Amino acid sequence: MSTRMVEVRAKVLKQNDLLARALRERFRTEGTCVVGLVSSPGSGKTAFLEKLLAGLARDSRVAALVGDLATENDAARLRRATPNVRQITTGTICHLDAQMIEKALESWRLDRIDFLFIENVGNLVCPSSYDLGEELRFVLLSATEGEDKPLKYPTIFNSSDVAIITKMDLAEAAEFDLAAARRNIESVRPGMQVFEVSAKTGTGMQAVFDLLHAQLARERHSQVAATI
Amino acid sequence: MHELSIAISMIDQITEESESRGGLDVEAVHMKLGIFSGVDKEALLFAYELACEGSPLQGSRLVIESIPLVIYCDACQKDRTPPSVYELSCPECGTPGQRIVTGREIEVASLEVVA
Repeated sequence: MSTRMVEVRAKVLKQNDLLARALRERFRTEGTCVVGLVSSPGSGKTAFLEKLLAGLARDSRVAALVGDLATENDAARLRRATPNVRQITTGTICHLDAQMIEKALESWRLDRIDFLFIENVGNLVCPSSYDLGEELRFVLLSATEGEDKPLKYPTIFNSSDVAIITKMDLAEAAEFDLAAARRNIESVRPGMQVFEVSAKTGTGMQAVFDLLHAQLARERHSQVAATI
Repeated sequence: MHELSIAISMIDQITEESESRGGLDVEAVHMKLGIFSGVDKEALLFAYELACEGSPLQGSRLVIESIPLVIYCDACQKDRTPPSVYELSCPECGTPGQRIVTGREIEVASLEVVA
């Protein structure tokens, strides 16, 4: 049986990428700063996000989408900081995709939201392939996980914009080697900004608030420039 | 394991492609998979076979070409292959490489169809 070749040359995640691009455009137009959070399970994503929401809510309008395989526990926790929280329950799916984000945003007035956070499913592998339209992606690494996580999961660290080292209050007890962690992050994502925080004590959170406010100001400024 | 999601996306895409060309009898699917794509080759081969069951692509082969990680070195002004996927620096001069040239691909390259 003879065969012939048919050229296709198509990105497998083209649909997701197109949808993510449309979302990013929409976030820019509405003036919403959107930040994705990725990490392994148990690295303190939700505690960190709780502090982010509570801190930013003092002078900004905040909202969050949280992805989990099951339960609404995280959303319930985050609602203590803001009522604008929606849980995305993925069932058996190990990552969020752009379509889930679009659906979860239904009926939300984005023009009334300054900061939107998207907490991905706890997983350092799968979320790296899916663009969600976020402006910044934070990858979290806790002091209790060990400093070689970036080397073991280079793809997700490389696809992120900012690294957040969490649970710094436990660093000493866990004999966490901060210099090695920073070196490893630099090795997989040269030039990446790194923040050290403790959601429990609040240490280091102000620097993250400052980064986010600067990001929002920059986005709004470029939006105004585009309008003129 | 998101390889199953990737396999399902591939099958949908190929089915659509096939229909737009009046229905192709696909023998094999040739794809390019970057080693820095976050998708595992073996897991994808397994997931593909599973996902093909009951689809028009049932019985087709998946042929994966692995694409190496290549970064651009600003100092040498050349494409370079870093020492490993967790050391993104130039093997010649040691400058960290921020720009990825290849290695992230998840692409269907071509279809081998019955003539």
